[in-house]
Amino acid sequence: MAKKSNSTDKNKEIIGSLKRLGTQIYDQLENGVFPTINMPSRSIDNINYDPNLRQYVLGEKTVTRSSRNIRHLKPFTQLAWAALFSNELTFHKKTSTLRDVYYSAQAYNMTFKNQQESNNIITDLETAIGHSREEFHIFPEERSAVFGDLTIEYTVPGYEGKTMNLSAHPDGVLIGPALTSSKFAKTSADKIIAIEKGGLFTRFIEENVHKKHNSILVLTSGQAPRQTRFFLRRLSDELKIPLFIFTDGDPWGMHIAMVIISGSANAAHLRNLNTPDAKWSGVWASDIVKYKLPSDPLDDVDIKRLHELQKDPRYQEDPLWQKEIKTFLKIKRKAELEAYARYGLTYIVDEYLPTKLK
Amino acid sequence: MAQSSFQEISASDFFYRNRDIAGFTNPSRAIFAAIRELVENSLDAAESLKIPPDIYIRLSTQSKDKKDEQVFKLRVEDNGCGIQPRFIPSAFGQVLYGSKYKLKQMRGTFGLGGKMAVLYGQIMTHKPATIMSSTGQAKIYAFKLMIDIQRNRPIIMDRRVLVNKEKWRGTIVEFYIEGDYLRAMPKILEYFKQTAMVNPYSNLTFVDPKGRLYKFSRVTTEMPDPPKETLPHPYGVDVELFQRLIYVTKEKNLLEFLKNHFHRIGNITAQKFLEFSKLSPTKKPKKLSHEEIVTIVQNMKKFKEFRPPDASCLSPLGQDLLEAGIMKELNPEYIVVNQRKPSTYAGHPFIIEMGMAYGGEIPRKNSFQIYRFANKIPLLYDEASDVSYKVINSINWRRYKVSPDLPIAIVVHICSTKVPYKTVGKEFISDRPEVRREVANSLREISRKIHHFMSKREHVNRERKRISVFAKYLPRIAEFSTNLAEKEKQPDIKKLIASVRKYGEEE
Repeated sequence: MAKKSNSTDKNKEIIGSLKRLGTQIYDQLENGVFPTINMPSRSIDNINYDPNLRQYVLGEKTVTRSSRNIRHLKPFTQLAWAALFSNELTFHKKTSTLRDVYYSAQAYNMTFKNQQESNNIITDLETAIGHSREEFHIFPEERSAVFGDLTIEYTVPGYEGKTMNLSAHPDGVLIGPALTSSKFAKTSADKIIAIEKGGLFTRFIEENVHKKHNSILVLTSGQAPRQTRFFLRRLSDELKIPLFIFTDGDPWGMHIAMVIISGSANAAHLRNLNTPDAKWSGVWASDIVKYKLPSDPLDDVDIKRLHELQKDPRYQEDPLWQKEIKTFLKIKRKAELEAYARYGLTYIVDEYLPTKLK
Repeated sequence: MAQSSFQEISASDFFYRNRDIAGFTNPSRAIFAAIRELVENSLDAAESLKIPPDIYIRLSTQSKDKKDEQVFKLRVEDNGCGIQPRFIPSAFGQVLYGSKYKLKQMRGTFGLGGKMAVLYGQIMTHKPATIMSSTGQAKIYAFKLMIDIQRNRPIIMDRRVLVNKEKWRGTIVEFYIEGDYLRAMPKILEYFKQTAMVNPYSNLTFVDPKGRLYKFSRVTTEMPDPPKETLPHPYGVDVELFQRLIYVTKEKNLLEFLKNHFHRIGNITAQKFLEFSKLSPTKKPKKLSHEEIVTIVQNMKKFKEFRPPDASCLSPLGQDLLEAGIMKELNPEYIVVNQRKPSTYAGHPFIIEMGMAYGGEIPRKNSFQIYRFANKIPLLYDEASDVSYKVINSINWRRYKVSPDLPIAIVVHICSTKVPYKTVGKEFISDRPEVRREVANSLREISRKIHHFMSKREHVNRERKRISVFAKYLPRIAEFSTNLAEKEKQPDIKKLIASVRKYGEEE
């Protein structure tokens, strides 16, 4: 069985980091100097692709936020507030959302000009202490789900020790803070299948894909939220089972898979949000040809996107990517996952999947 | 052939027929003009003795009907020099008689202000004017006067002599006038306010027909030196004036004549000028032919060696009094004043004084508040035609960190023996190059100072704002970090906030 993730230890670590940040500021003030905070720079020239980690990372450059600088002063104060707010959240094991943060600030007589400003401050805090906001209990809106034979054990207040099997509810279970912070107790699955679209996720459940293919099904709902990416990584790491990703056959679908595998530049300051060993299983451009799928012509924006992706360092790793991009550019067609329905409703599950889950 | 009849008309008849020339255009304007003419006479009368003027003006209504135009009794009382009894009838009952034809700076310029008011009152109401005056001696003289308009002669209705027990000195004028006070009121009040601004050593008390009291009190007893009478400067002389001087002169030769009847002509200048004009210094002035007179007057304008007129005949306010006046009426945050050196146009000396004030009670509008004065009297009409308006609007104010929407007042005062009015209405100064140049130079001087002030103010504001940002956020940082670090006591950040002050205490 997988290694245990002790969420309470995690909380202690986060609280420790936040307290260190507070103490650092406090000591500087106590010593009569304007407090400063150092953190890695998130500017584009400091974001590099690390082939070993197979994700974007931040380089050597650091920035200093100084309260001596009048332009930094307000963001500095906001950062100090965000640290305190996160500390309280984590300590009380309460959760919040980015939207919540924006409004909560007003209760402390702190103001953010807009949502973007408060989001930026939270990203600063992530960078400054090296933990993702989910770890200090600030979550995005939930929209992705999981289904399959996995028994989890809750750690959130009021549910400690309670267990649940994720196949209990036929619509799947929302991937929220309670789920991502739970321990994984027991599973019979030997693989994870991530699906981009809700319609197909439901179809897979109806067709018993989880049983037929011994799998845990995860719905990403388009581009996977960070929390879902973190959850996929945990599933794959802790259960030591492979992850297969199914998306539409176009540059956008392809990139949904890529972000799950190699992460995004925006999250270069964070770790464990990507699953480097996951596999993009389709729909490939070559599938469109091979299965003679009903397809649409590529738009200009699609073609432009393909050219961008062709140069993206993440797409240099596995020759599969370059091959598929070339095929897309050659056939100039795209197809959705649902396109397999031309061969009947069960074709995708009974014929297509087995060839892809290897 | 039809017979046309020609008849000579008297001066008073002329003004009776053309009363709008003197500002008596309509009922509201008339009441304003009557007040201002008498107030200005009173100010001159007090200033001639260098006594701080105390002027009391009361306008009371006689008729009870509510029509727009009513008959009012106007009473103006001053503490001026008073008028000797023998001159009183002529001074108030004969148009164009007066003390204002010698060359020195005075307020009225027609020499008919007071008379015109009396005349106007008489023709509208047919009631006599009452004049009481004393020079501070043993007696007070009281006259009831009317004007014989056709003959331009005073008619003395009554004359009384009273004992002056309390050594009162001054003049009281009281007469009836038809007018429209409600429409005139804003201008009248503005007139008093502005008069008070350039006469900060005066007490003006006005009681209006509703019994409301308006008091403009002096803030100083300092007064400018009264103007000295002066001789005409050769550049400003015309043939008519020259002939009159010849008519009155007692001098027997041209050299002495030039030396004694003209400003800035001494022995050497007179000799040089006569040489220039090819005239003998010993020639008798009364023997000059008409052609010779015309030539001399023309040569006076051509000859380059006359020294410019001196300014002793002028009585500017001076920077201190101007500043005191502006401060008293506008109570601004900042004032800058400037007085130019005397200058001349066409042989007439003049001085430009200007002030600029920011903030305080000055209203914020879309344009600068411009106050124009000539010989210490406010000019209230036709602002946009005035040379100073043009100069003010031709300046690129952004260079001085100033914009017309700021609460800024600009005060322009021109004093001259002959104020270069553009029209007979005497409400705005004409655009003469010499005057324009002086106004522009003066304006530049004060603008430079206001620029300095605005920069400093901007700087202080920015600095204050900067400090306030630190004062706002540092305590919050202290609060948050104290909680986060789980400390008991907040760090002392007073020194940090104090250290932000870059330039120490300002203002």
